[in-house]
Amino acid sequence: MTITVNGINKRFGKYQALNNVSLDIPEGKLTALLGPSGSGKTTLLRIIAGLESADSGRINFAGQDVTGLHVRDRNIGFVFQHYALFRHMSVAQNIAFGLESLPRKQRPSRAEIHKRVTELLEMIQLPHLAKRYPAQLSGGQKQRVALARAIATRPQILLLDEPFGALDAKVRKDLRRWLRNLHDEFHFTSIFVTHDQEEALELSDQVVVMSQGNVEQVNEPTELYARPDSRFVFDFLGQVNVLPGEVQRGRLSQGKAWVTVPGSRHQGSAQLYLRPHEVRLANEPGQYAHLPLRIESVSLIGSEVRIELSPVGWQSNSPDNIWEVGISHAEFNQQRPARGDLRYAVPEVGHLFNDNDSQPTTINWAEAASAPLVRLIN
Amino acid sequence: MHSNPSPQHRRVGDSPVIKWLLIGIAIAITVGLLIIPLLVIFLEALGAGWGTLADNLLDQYTLHAIGLTLFVAALTVPLNLAFGTALAWLVTRFRFPGRKLLITLIDIPFAVSPVVAGLLYLLLYGRNGWVGSWLADQDMQLMFSWPGIVMVTVFVTCPFVARELIPLMQQQGSEEEEAGVVLGASGLRVFRTITLPNIKWALVYGVVLTNARAVGEFGAVSVVSGNIRGQTNTLPLHVELLYQDYNIVGAFASASLLAGIAVLTLVAKGLVEWRQARALNRLQTEETA
Repeated sequence: MTITVNGINKRFGKYQALNNVSLDIPEGKLTALLGPSGSGKTTLLRIIAGLESADSGRINFAGQDVTGLHVRDRNIGFVFQHYALFRHMSVAQNIAFGLESLPRKQRPSRAEIHKRVTELLEMIQLPHLAKRYPAQLSGGQKQRVALARAIATRPQILLLDEPFGALDAKVRKDLRRWLRNLHDEFHFTSIFVTHDQEEALELSDQVVVMSQGNVEQVNEPTELYARPDSRFVFDFLGQVNVLPGEVQRGRLSQGKAWVTVPGSRHQGSAQLYLRPHEVRLANEPGQYAHLPLRIESVSLIGSEVRIELSPVGWQSNSPDNIWEVGISHAEFNQQRPARGDLRYAVPEVGHLFNDNDSQPTTINWAEAASAPLVRLIN
Repeated sequence: MHSNPSPQHRRVGDSPVIKWLLIGIAIAITVGLLIIPLLVIFLEALGAGWGTLADNLLDQYTLHAIGLTLFVAALTVPLNLAFGTALAWLVTRFRFPGRKLLITLIDIPFAVSPVVAGLLYLLLYGRNGWVGSWLADQDMQLMFSWPGIVMVTVFVTCPFVARELIPLMQQQGSEEEEAGVVLGASGLRVFRTITLPNIKWALVYGVVLTNARAVGEFGAVSVVSGNIRGQTNTLPLHVELLYQDYNIVGAFASASLLAGIAVLTLVAKGLVEWRQARALNRLQTEETA
């Protein structure tokens, strides 16, 4: 079931929570609504569910206008941020609630309900906890029960509000994988809200980045990370190193730092955005960049060695005036960078925002350097 | 600090002198101001023997006063149960301008002296009052008859149920109800199977308090009732009338009834609190098991 969101506006008093939002949610896909708090993502989810009504705009399910349809009749599965399990009902009673709420004609028999509940309990791997009460469950168990309860009536749409927000890191990872499998098995059209960019990129088929009630960008996770459309998306999706400066005659400079910007005809202020993996560290400045940095800290935890550096003789406007570069453990073992060492950043790919342009120009220094060669061969 | 001979370090304010001093004062006050007077009521009522007590209680005016008091409570409690639940629902489940003001206004009956409340009703609904004069033309009398007594009792006791429910419902939030509606339940089913079980014990507690106050209310009722023996005399008013008639034993007999209701209320309140604590405890112990 595709979901179409058309020109939704929502105001809370003076605060514009959603500003003319339009979206297409493809059938059978897992879509993430990603944004910082206050970006309107939860409000949008609640409007799609019917828990909140929009001031204007329409919602369609599979081409059918459901804007005026009561939440009770939309037949969606909804998982609340804090699970919202019925505290005085057992796990089994919680899961059975939706089936028992069906109109008499559609309601399955007691035996059938019992069978379905047992089936769902096995699916969430908690059959031994059927008689427990929500207060006796761990966070991860509660989340599974909430999911089972939401899909008991076999809805075609599954909406999840910050489904992993309240869980610790280990449980979160397990549940994420489990949710992805569940989604692939049942082919819901799912939307989940999150403020965690890693979660959105890892779990979803499509990411909707939101900010201040607007949709900033919609794309597949890999595309979104590689080609952010705006400074906001750039900043929000992962760590970024920034060199703000002035462009003059093909060179962006500030203080002691400069970078050539091949192909740019712009003159005046600009900002260069670099992802940690788009930068190498060298003992000498390269031919197209001079970015001296001093190592502030080295973190070995993870699949990559994360190095934090502070600019020497220039300023970055990233948070805390820190650049972050990732190198492989092999590289680390060879070079043994230590706190206090001086290094030069050598960018490979970068994204240049001129003045107040919202869209960046991507610069690839390696390609630019080899370009004349390519032309010769041609 | 390390010269402290006790093996365990004492916490701040844990001095034994202060502790026992406070315990002593608390016991003295409780015994002197609460327990002895309560015992005296029962002792005085029984002073002339069980027979006299029964005679006094079976006096026709006393019986009427008991009946009227129970009748007023029987009307007041359901009215305020419905009103308090609706009000708590309104202020915890909806956002509207003036919501905070309304929550404050609920407390007016607690803040204002019951006598003042009675006077207000008398001025408004009495024969010469704004509403009362119109009602008198329609041949309806509210003051100096049982409807007036019910009205002021409802006024005086209306915060109890709402006061118990509002903090609880605020803390529980509306997510469970939303979950119920998303799962297709009707409004009635949501209220019956989700809201009501969650607020059950607070509701019972509110009813117990409302009932206790409705039975015992004196100030407001004395202004609007007119103290007509056998007609508009409630039990607390009856106690005063008997006392003014120098019928001390009779006064204490009626008073012992009121005190008995108070004790029963306390027992009921304790029971409710114990059930709540036990339910909570059971969940916690099973959780850690």
